[in-house]
Amino acid sequence: MNKTKTLKFDTNWSYSPAPESIDYIELKDRYGLFIDGNFTSSKGGNYFDTINPANEEKLSEVSEANEKDVDKAVQAARQAYEKVWSKMKPSERGKYIFRIARIIQEQAREFAVIESLDGGKPIRESRDIDIPLAAAHFFYYAGWADKLDYAFPGRSTKSLGVAGQIIPWNFPLLMAAWKIAPALAAGNTVVLKPAETTPLTALKLAEVIREADVPPGVVNIITGGGETGKMLVKHPDVNKVAFTGSTEVGKFIMKTLAGSGKRYTLELGGKAANIIFEDAAINQAVEGIVDAIFFNQGHVCCAGSRLYVQESVAKEVISKLKDRMNTLVIGDPLDKNTDIGAINSRMQLEKICKYVDIGKKEGGSIYQPSCTLPEKGFWYVPTLFADVSQSHRIVQEEIFGPVLAIQTFRTVDEVISKANNTPYGLSGGVWTDKGSKLFKVTKEIRAGVIWANTFNKFDPGSPFGGYKESGIGREGGVEGLHSYVELV
Amino acid sequence: MNYHPQIHPIDQVGVGERASRLFSRSIKKESKIRALKLALSMIDLTTLEGKDSLGKVRQLCYKASHLHDQFSNLPQVAAVCMYPNMVEVAKKALKSSSIKIAAVATAFPSGMATLEAKLNEVKSVVDAGVDEVDMVMSRGRFLQGDYSYVFDEVAKVKNTCGKAHLKVILETGELITLDNVRKASDLAMEAGADFIKTSTGKVKPAATPSVVLVMLEAIRDFYKRTGKIVGMKPAGGISTAKLAIQYLVMVRETLGQEWLTPDRFRFGASSLANDILMQIVKQSTGIYQSINYFSID
Repeated sequence: MNKTKTLKFDTNWSYSPAPESIDYIELKDRYGLFIDGNFTSSKGGNYFDTINPANEEKLSEVSEANEKDVDKAVQAARQAYEKVWSKMKPSERGKYIFRIARIIQEQAREFAVIESLDGGKPIRESRDIDIPLAAAHFFYYAGWADKLDYAFPGRSTKSLGVAGQIIPWNFPLLMAAWKIAPALAAGNTVVLKPAETTPLTALKLAEVIREADVPPGVVNIITGGGETGKMLVKHPDVNKVAFTGSTEVGKFIMKTLAGSGKRYTLELGGKAANIIFEDAAINQAVEGIVDAIFFNQGHVCCAGSRLYVQESVAKEVISKLKDRMNTLVIGDPLDKNTDIGAINSRMQLEKICKYVDIGKKEGGSIYQPSCTLPEKGFWYVPTLFADVSQSHRIVQEEIFGPVLAIQTFRTVDEVISKANNTPYGLSGGVWTDKGSKLFKVTKEIRAGVIWANTFNKFDPGSPFGGYKESGIGREGGVEGLHSYVELV
Repeated sequence: MNYHPQIHPIDQVGVGERASRLFSRSIKKESKIRALKLALSMIDLTTLEGKDSLGKVRQLCYKASHLHDQFSNLPQVAAVCMYPNMVEVAKKALKSSSIKIAAVATAFPSGMATLEAKLNEVKSVVDAGVDEVDMVMSRGRFLQGDYSYVFDEVAKVKNTCGKAHLKVILETGELITLDNVRKASDLAMEAGADFIKTSTGKVKPAATPSVVLVMLEAIRDFYKRTGKIVGMKPAGGISTAKLAIQYLVMVRETLGQEWLTPDRFRFGASSLANDILMQIVKQSTGIYQSINYFSID
């Protein structure tokens, strides 16, 4: 009999590498800006590298759009809006969006591999989650294009014009789909700027858009860093700004747009509470914790980064979570067995390290499974902190990495007040076998999305967005359509 | 004994998702060959037909120790499993072998007999020298909530088994919910089971990924609580090497090293061995041979 009662996951039978092939992936050495239906070089002539965060090798280089490029892209979108897209029969618009959806499905494997190469996320996620969901968003909003009269009973809709859209690096293609699909369905045209570190799937999407014969200028995709984004936000001929990213930048955009008459939706940071009651299905809840915080290396704005466990089951939950963390496979994002891929960039890795140092200094009990990380590239071991409180910075601030802060609680009221004790309000999770408790707790937590007995589930029909510092406006569902129309 | 099961709620959707994620592991090359050999060594080669004959059991025993003689370095299966009246001939056939002999007992597959008759049957196979006894749980009594009766029955059978290992068949296809599967697993382990086993193979569905995961987690939780290691045997419907490997992944990531051995994990199967053999030969030659190159005993 083994008296220590520990489980050994370092087994004498383990998995051989099973990498997804990259032979058929064609990346250009250099990408221009996708403006008015064509790839053109930037006026400034500057390029920047995009690298594979798993080995720091250069994948390609992309143009940095300057003020003239941004203006050119917005003008192209304006022309396309005035002359073509806003005048087109809605069912025709829908036809193009359906086409984009179908081509994404056809090229799903290619998209998935590029997404993992450029961003570091495991192929399991890009293949099974990101890409299928991106296609699903186009399908969903394609269906709305000719049914806008039925979306808002008693009202009719008018498109807004040119939408300037800025997306983050954590779900590059999926965020592009969240932004482009409803905008096009509602009759707007688009200038989209993907994140600096992950431009490649957006540029591949540009190729798809061309293949789908979408009229030139309806979708323009320009690459660049924060400055390019700023120019797009400030451009006088943009009617609507849609941004997903940090709260800091979100606040800047809100200030910049104040008084401009431009519409905006912001989807910002989060610090979600994931609450486990003693009557929950514990083994499934443990899996839910893993899905909540270790999905996409924790680079998820709605990640369940604050775990609250009822004190009577805390010991069991934490012990099981540690066991589970020991079975997570960390490494090559392209390996089909990888659960945790690479951290997206050196900057993000430094931020995570900084917060873990803070957590240690503040006296939290840290646990990390033993594992060997690849020598090159950006990596972080899944980490948990127990014995922390609401006053700890790692409980208050968004880390955007695989770092979980655990607290225990005794009563329902206590956990509700602690869950709400945050500047954010994007998402949350509640685990209990009691229906009545589910309804009470989910109703009283101020967050845009709350999952019951599951976490990090997405569907194009379901609106997503935050309260408080997590943003304004909703994406997905009929509510997401509302962000791109004026009701008359 | 007055036995009240503890409630451990099971979320069916969550179990299904976890099981399918485990099943999506990609096992290739060296790790595949090792898994195939491991799975082969965990098989309880089984024949449980009303029409079984002494001759068929003799053939089965010979196959058990000569899986594919053309190929060297193959492990042998863990055990052969049969009806009580076949034990004597199997003992003789496997006299000089380390392959274990298992007999089903307690009015397999229904379990619908008096306790006295069940204990007599167990005693007779134990006296005949079996290494392992596969009993069936009384599902009717269990579903009625008569947990103490079922507990006592398992405990008494265990007592009668003496040195023979006891596997308790839950017949999960008749237990309706995963909550019941968990409850029955806990009960069987508390009452002294050395192994818990999903099914008789006579009821559909037999072993499903969700059921096996719930049972493995019950084994894990029991071990954490008591320190006792209980084995697991999925049975029924596991006929392909791929599925067997998927279950090994599930064991590896739920229970770890201690259970990756024939002493702790078995497959109850009749046609699985040949599919594994075919895969092993394919891994070394690069081509699939016709099933006719593998004996069907």
